[in-house]
Parts: sequence; C-alpha cells; structure tokens
Amino acid sequence: MERIDGPVKIEKSGTDPVFPVERDLARFVRHEARLIDEKRFDEWLALFTDDAHYWVPAAPGQTDPLGHNSLAYEDRLLLELRVERLKSSRAFSQRPPSRCLHVLQEPDIEASDYARGEFVVRTPFLYTETRGDESQRYAATAWHTLAWLDGRLRIRLKRVDLLNCDAALPSIQLFL
Amino acid sequence: MLRMARYRNDPAALQDLVQADRVHRDVYLDPELFQLEMERLWSRAWIYAGHESQIRNEGDYLTVDVAGQPLIVLRHGDRSVRVLVNRCAHKGTKLVGEPAGNCGKTLRCPYHAWTYRLDGSILNIPLAQGYDGTRLAETEAGRGLAAVENVATYRGFIFVRLSPQGLGFRDYFGASLSSIDNLADRSPEGELEIAGGCLRYLHNCNWKLFVENLNDMMHPMIAHASSAGTARRLWEGKPADAPKPMAIEQIAPFASDYKFFDDMGIRVYPHGHGFSGVNFSIHSSYAALGDYEALMKKAHGEERARHILGTVRHNTVYYPSLTIKGAIQSIRVARPLAADRTVIESWTFRLKGAPDALLERTVTYNRLINSPMSIVGHDDLHCYRAIQEGLAGEGNEWVSLHRNHEHSEAAELERRGELTRNGTSDASMRNQFRAWKELMVP
Repeated sequence: MERIDGPVKIEKSGTDPVFPVERDLARFVRHEARLIDEKRFDEWLALFTDDAHYWVPAAPGQTDPLGHNSLAYEDRLLLELRVERLKSSRAFSQRPPSRCLHVLQEPDIEASDYARGEFVVRTPFLYTETRGDESQRYAATAWHTLAWLDGRLRIRLKRVDLLNCDAALPSIQLFL
Repeated sequence: MLRMARYRNDPAALQDLVQADRVHRDVYLDPELFQLEMERLWSRAWIYAGHESQIRNEGDYLTVDVAGQPLIVLRHGDRSVRVLVNRCAHKGTKLVGEPAGNCGKTLRCPYHAWTYRLDGSILNIPLAQGYDGTRLAETEAGRGLAAVENVATYRGFIFVRLSPQGLGFRDYFGASLSSIDNLADRSPEGELEIAGGCLRYLHNCNWKLFVENLNDMMHPMIAHASSAGTARRLWEGKPADAPKPMAIEQIAPFASDYKFFDDMGIRVYPHGHGFSGVNFSIHSSYAALGDYEALMKKAHGEERARHILGTVRHNTVYYPSLTIKGAIQSIRVARPLAADRTVIESWTFRLKGAPDALLERTVTYNRLINSPMSIVGHDDLHCYRAIQEGLAGEGNEWVSLHRNHEHSEAAELERRGELTRNGTSDASMRNQFRAWKELMVP
C-alpha cells in the first residue's frame, strides 16, 4: 500500500515537461504541515530550496523582511540551526517539549508561472502549540512559493501571516 | 486566600527584603509588592516613554502605559513634547487607543465629544450651558486632562517621572547617559530614528528577572548552549574562507567562555544603572559595513570616530525601564503588567546618514534574539519562568547575589560615582536592588 504521508509524487500525464497539477500542490502543502506536526524536521527541511526563506512578518501587510522587524525570517542555515537545536538535550525551553497541530483550509492556487516552474499557494490555517499545561492558538495564512525543480516540488518561500502578528506574543517554539 | 497588606504600612519589613548580598523571593512573587513598585519605584524613577522620531509633527502621538497609567505622548504646536493622561476629564474614557497616530490640533473624546487642546486644556464641551451653576469648573473635570509635569528628552529619548517627588533627570541618570550618547553618536549626523517597527514579547515572569539578566554574564554559555553552541558547531563545518553570515556572527558569541564574559567587565552607577562590556563585548568582532566607517570619520573626525566605534558596550540598563545596545542601535523596554507578567518591547533605530546595511544588521539581531520566535529568547524566558515557579519552594526564601560581593561596594560607589568590576560579578544586580530599596521607601 502506498504511504499516504510520503513525499509528493507527481503522476505523469504524458505531456512534456511534466508539471504538478492543483491536487499535487495542495497535497504538498498538507504534507509539509504534517511533517512539522509529526516533528519529522529533517524531512521538512529537505523540502526547502537552498535559497529558501521561512518568513513570519511582525506587521500586517509587511513587504520588507530586511529593513523591518519580523518574528522570523530564516534562511536554510537558520532553519537548520532550529532543527538541530531541537535535537539538543540542552534546549531547556523544550523540557517539556512543545507539540503542535496545523488544521488547514483547502489550499488555493494563487498563481502559476509555468515558464519559471513556480507556483503560489494560499492556505488559511489554525495552529495550536502546547507545552505542558499551556496551550496557544493562532489563526494564520500560509503563502507557499513552490518551485518545480528536477521533478520535485520544493519551497522557495513560506510566508506565514499571523492574524495577530503585532500583538505581544508568548514564546512560539515550533513552526507555524 | 486573601492576604493582609504586609508591606504597605511596614517600611521595616519592606527594607528587610533587600540585603547587601541577597534578596527575598517576595520581590518577584508578591502582588502587593508589584503594586507598591508601580506606585513608588515606577512612579519616582524616570521611565522611558518613547522616542522623538516617533512624533515629528504637530499632533503626532504615541500611547504608552507607565506604572499602570495610560499616557499620551504628543508633539505640541510649539514643538515641545507633552505627556497627558489618556483619560477624558468627563467620564474617564481613553481618548486614543492606537499605539501611535496623529490627532491634529485637538484631542476629542469618542463618547461625548469633550475636546481638548494639545496642552490638555478644555477647548469645548457640547451644550456647555448644561454645566452653568454646577460645581464642574471647581473640580478635576473642569481642569481638562491631567498633564505629566516631569518630562525630559535626551538625544531624542523621552522620559517621564510621574511622581512630583524624585530626583531630577540628570541627577538620576548621571554618567550612565554616556551609553545613550554613544548610540546617538554612531549616526554620522548624530541623530536617531526609530525604524523597522517593534517586536513585542510577552514574558510570564517578573520584570526584574529580565532587567537583571541583561548584565548577568554567567548565563549565556549555559542557557544558550543549545542555540549559540549549535550555531558554532554548524559553522565549524564550513570552509574557512566562506563569508560568515551576519546571523552566525551575531548568535555564535553567546556561546563564548567564562573568561570572555568575565573580561568584558561591568560598570555600575548610582540609582541602579550600569552596563556590561567595559572593555569589549559580543558585538566587538562584527564585520565592517560598507563605507560606514569612512562616513563616521568624515562626520566626526578620525580620532573621535575611532573612539565612538571603539566603545562597544553589551547592555546598558537605565533602571528600571530601558535597556540599550548602542553598538547595534537597538533598545529593549520593560513594560510590567503584573508580578508575573511583563511585555518586552524591542525597537531598532536607523542611524541617520549611515548605510541601510546598519538597519538590516540591527533588524537581524532583533529578530534572532528578541522575537517571540527567537531560540535564544526561548531559553532565557524558560529560565525566568522556572525561577518564577521555583521560588515557591520552601527551605530557602532568598535569592543569592553573592558573587564577588565586597562589603565596601556601596560605600565605594557612593564615593567614586561609579564602580567597575569583572564581568561575571553580581555587582549589577546588587546595584539594582540598592536602587529598588531607595525608591520603595513610603
């Protein structure tokens, strides 16, 4: 039986070159959230391109990640640092560890650029992060810019617009 | 369980909470002491309210709570900074609710349209004849908005002292103001501008745990082993000539050894202020950015530019509310909400006349270290919260501040006006609690 949580495989349609269809993009986004929820962080990290960013702006409608503060704006190296840190026995804020769950709305394809092999997918979601007796809930919208590279979908940019990004927030320790 | 007031009417019990080398746990835990801190310490001290660059034009305002008081900080038509209590003289409605904005030439209550000039005086009350023959004019309501009398600005930093009692601005901060000077002097034009918005991090701990931590040089290599230590390990595998990313340059020094932090040195001043990084700091080995140094030399002259850029302090605490990092033009502001709740605001500055890369550097640092999503911040806050919970334990009601304590410390500070010590000394925390004791007398 095919593992339904495995990497997204694109079915050959007979045309050349092969591009992902809407169903593949949506499935990829669901898969990405699942990898976080199941703490399969190495697999998750492998979804990102080498030049990728994971961005959580600190202001609604923020356009500038460099000259304006963000909650997170991580390149591959910083994402790797987060993932490696979570494996450390000295990550004291993870004792007890946090758990999270993404509940996604059906993803919408916002833009498709077949010439560049790039797709933008918008996914509103509810996010819960718990640690011990504490539980936080957030509403957010994920914007995935997905690149079609060597027959695989990869994340070039994951932007998460947290509905209350400008509120005073407690520690958010995993990945929105 | 309802507890009787233990400290309000018992000055001796309150003074006993702070000894020369240790403090009682109640200073972090007790809601009554928090209330007294707001009424006394936070009202008598000079508290950071905002920066002049946020209110450039007439009617520009920002709102801030100081010691539980809602305040409006605004630019008057005569260019002065005015601070008014954000409470309609009529029924108490907050006049403006946004963090910042422009109110034009008047403040108007959204409930009954009582309207005020920017000095707080009443301009208009609808159907004012309804008050003819009443006592209105003789009461507070008839006098308009309460104004905070004691407002001081220093190189663009706006401070307020709510209480009519207390030291003057210069007497309160004294020589510690050199850190604000160093921050402002780092602009080729000598001027700062708040830029890049603000990160607001909710801390479920007492405000003092945050403020103390900034000059606690015994914690970084331990608490940040998983973030800074891992960053170092990740970078070790890279080729020696690979350009070091700004993020690694910023995060890795947190894992420096005891000797590094001890040699940094700390200096304290009367009234709780002080800084770490007398000799150098975790910011000392950052790469040069663009033509910034050349611009500084052109603006300030070679020698002065070298002096300004060679002053690379770690954290300066302007007790109790403001902490600054001159070397990377950022500030963190403690906004206490309750004994175990504090918002930490982190702001960044543009150095006027400096390349954009400097703003990008401070924004990068702020995001890496001060964001609610910071892996450095997560471990700090974990430890503060663990103290907040651990202190409930019986068998020891005291928090130790004994490291490098000398009996002559307080007298020497008084005599010399400053005290310079090894970086890992608890002298900065002891100094803060001496100020706490001074400011908490009835």
